[in-house]
Amino acid sequence: MKIDDDDFTLFGLQRRFAIDVDALAQRWRALQTEVHPDRFAVEGAAAQRVAMQWAMRVNEAYRRLKDPLERGKYLCELAGRRLDPHDNHAMPPSFLTRQMEWHEALADASSADAVKALDADVSVQLQRLRAGVQADLDEHHDAAAAVPKLRQWMFLARLREEIERRLEALET
Amino acid sequence: MALLQLSEPGQAPDPHSRRIAVGIDLGTTHSLVAALRHGHTESLPDDRGRVLVPSIVRYRADGRCDIGHAAQAAQADDPEHTIASVKRLMGRKLADLPDASKLPYRLVDGAGMVHIETPQGAKSPVEVSAQILATLRQRAEDTFDSDLFGAVITVPAYFDDAQRQATKDAAELAGLKVLRLINEPTAAALAYGLDNGSEGLYLIYDLGGGTFDVSLLRLSRGVFEVVATGGDSALGGDDFDRALASWALARSGMMAETPHDKQAMLTAARTAKEALTDAGQVPMVAALGVGPMRVTVDRAAFDAATRPLVERTIGVMRKVLRDARVDKDDVHGVVLVGGATRMPAVRAAVQAHFGRPPLINLDPDQVVALGAAIQANALAGNSREGELLLLDVIPLSLGLETMGGLVERIVERNTTIPVAKAQEFTTFKDGQTAMAIHVVQGERELVADCRSLARFELRGIPPMTAGAARIRVTFQVDADGLLSVSARELTAGVEATVVVKPSYGLSDGDVARMLQEGFRTAEDDMRARALREAQVDAERLALATRSALGADGDLLTAVERTAIEQHLAALDAARQGTDAAAVRSALDALADSTEAFAAARMNRSIRSALTGRRVEEV
Repeated sequence: MKIDDDDFTLFGLQRRFAIDVDALAQRWRALQTEVHPDRFAVEGAAAQRVAMQWAMRVNEAYRRLKDPLERGKYLCELAGRRLDPHDNHAMPPSFLTRQMEWHEALADASSADAVKALDADVSVQLQRLRAGVQADLDEHHDAAAAVPKLRQWMFLARLREEIERRLEALET
Repeated sequence: MALLQLSEPGQAPDPHSRRIAVGIDLGTTHSLVAALRHGHTESLPDDRGRVLVPSIVRYRADGRCDIGHAAQAAQADDPEHTIASVKRLMGRKLADLPDASKLPYRLVDGAGMVHIETPQGAKSPVEVSAQILATLRQRAEDTFDSDLFGAVITVPAYFDDAQRQATKDAAELAGLKVLRLINEPTAAALAYGLDNGSEGLYLIYDLGGGTFDVSLLRLSRGVFEVVATGGDSALGGDDFDRALASWALARSGMMAETPHDKQAMLTAARTAKEALTDAGQVPMVAALGVGPMRVTVDRAAFDAATRPLVERTIGVMRKVLRDARVDKDDVHGVVLVGGATRMPAVRAAVQAHFGRPPLINLDPDQVVALGAAIQANALAGNSREGELLLLDVIPLSLGLETMGGLVERIVERNTTIPVAKAQEFTTFKDGQTAMAIHVVQGERELVADCRSLARFELRGIPPMTAGAARIRVTFQVDADGLLSVSARELTAGVEATVVVKPSYGLSDGDVARMLQEGFRTAEDDMRARALREAQVDAERLALATRSALGADGDLLTAVERTAIEQHLAALDAARQGTDAAAVRSALDALADSTEAFAAARMNRSIRSALTGRRVEEV
């Protein structure tokens, strides 16, 4: 086990999109129990440095593996299909239209119930994308096919954040 | 040093007896120190048996200070120079304190943060806090008749970087080695968790004198994982006093305008508030300049006057659960912390929200210090291996200013620390050779609404067309929750790195100056102390190194091993001498020479952790 191993190797997991979240959390705690700087508090600066680097690395990997969108992007990256955040081409026009409709609906929603209805709608779409990504990556081993779905997912994740902010504002 | 402690339980290479490490709760209204003593964790009392020190310092015209109870006794007579609730001022500027005019003392903007005018000159909140900490340090040293190895100091989870740095500075000024800053709710959970051996999700509701914190923690086999945290750094028990004082003034039709009157009203309100915990109705009396103010207050009136404050706390709690995506029914227990949670209205509100009674079996005034003492003992290497581990989070998002005064968040709040995160930026103009980097903290979209932590410039970017440069900005938050930021230009092999510490902290020069000004730390003492500390560190490192060579020496080539042994011999020679700097440099040399070995040992250790087997079996 080395600090520059990939996240899956570090966590002793197969390179798959489908993941046992409880086992992941357990593995994270087990790793932190070994590497956290607090374990080396009485041992001076260099041990602290190594421990700090490891603890950061383990936290980084855990954050990425825990979040399905980040995990999907990471699997594509490992397969040589890095998602460039500035590359917006290849979005199907139908998806873009849908996007705009949702944003308008969010802007027009005046009650928490209206926002929640929109949220449910977006959630269904997210579930669909997620199932598609899982099939592409785990069954067909086709990262190229997963990339456009992940890009749409990124859009919807951002929309979801806006929905949450809106809900919070409406509830307070 | 670079040798990782991989020894089995019972094989610890340290020959020293237990190191004395304490936990300190530096509170808004009172402070206390706790430690492991007689086999269990307890708060340390003064010679009159009192464990709480009022967080009050009086600066007298004769150049002396009253601290704690003595200062509290003088509060009514000398309100302008008797500083209470200084925690609210830590790391703050005048502009951050909309209620500054309501305080009985005079505040001025000083270096880094607001200062308080006293007969002994303008004092920073750091200096005032250091007086309180020095008192607690003295108490602990007297109790154990020994120097302290170090202290864990608690801060509200919601404290931002400037407030944390100020707290650390105060401890240093008081001559304390800070083993760790930990969040108050987390400390409380430690105190409860180890007593009850609990597993599952726990919510800590911490209403102190001046701050309100909520933390949600997952406890699992000795690992305390903070899942989410939230709070209000300007809401506490003091606000209930103020609300009651305002109510009483309105009721009696009187005014309180002088510092003395204001203080008298607040003292009367606090007394009445505390009495209402047990009584249904109490008289409230304050001697104002124009004559005595007298009203009768019952619990219903008090509850009505303070209901908005209680509701604010419930709102914060709801938000923390939402952030964590946790339903309130998933919470196994709610722990109440802070003297203000003694108020029946608070207990009733929490019980109503969760539909079950909160946990209150530890003294809410002491629980934070007790938890800090447990962590201090673990960090001093006294507890058994694997006994406990804290995985804390940052309470507020960290980001950078981008075009148009917008915030680009780099590290989201509730991210587990330590954490490093990098993001790439580029230049905006052709031929641009410098970039201004502005680091901010907060959840809002606009820079103007967030707290500014630091500004610096990255220079020496090679001239290129706009958008061609690649500047990687890295945020690093250590296990204390303190941030450093660096920026590097990646193209054309040109690199420039700048590391900043937040601008609110005191510079090393400030700390040295303040140390020289006071705290009875003569220069000779400091020199002797520095040498002793270096020698102890050297001894510890030498032992750990030899132990590591014995356990994992097979990871080294003969050449590598010889190099380490030479540094080891040099360290042994240096620590026989009296030159602290020479010991330190030998220490650093040995540490550097073992860094690769440490990394290799860590790799082996992790492999064993993952396979569930110990090193020998691999």
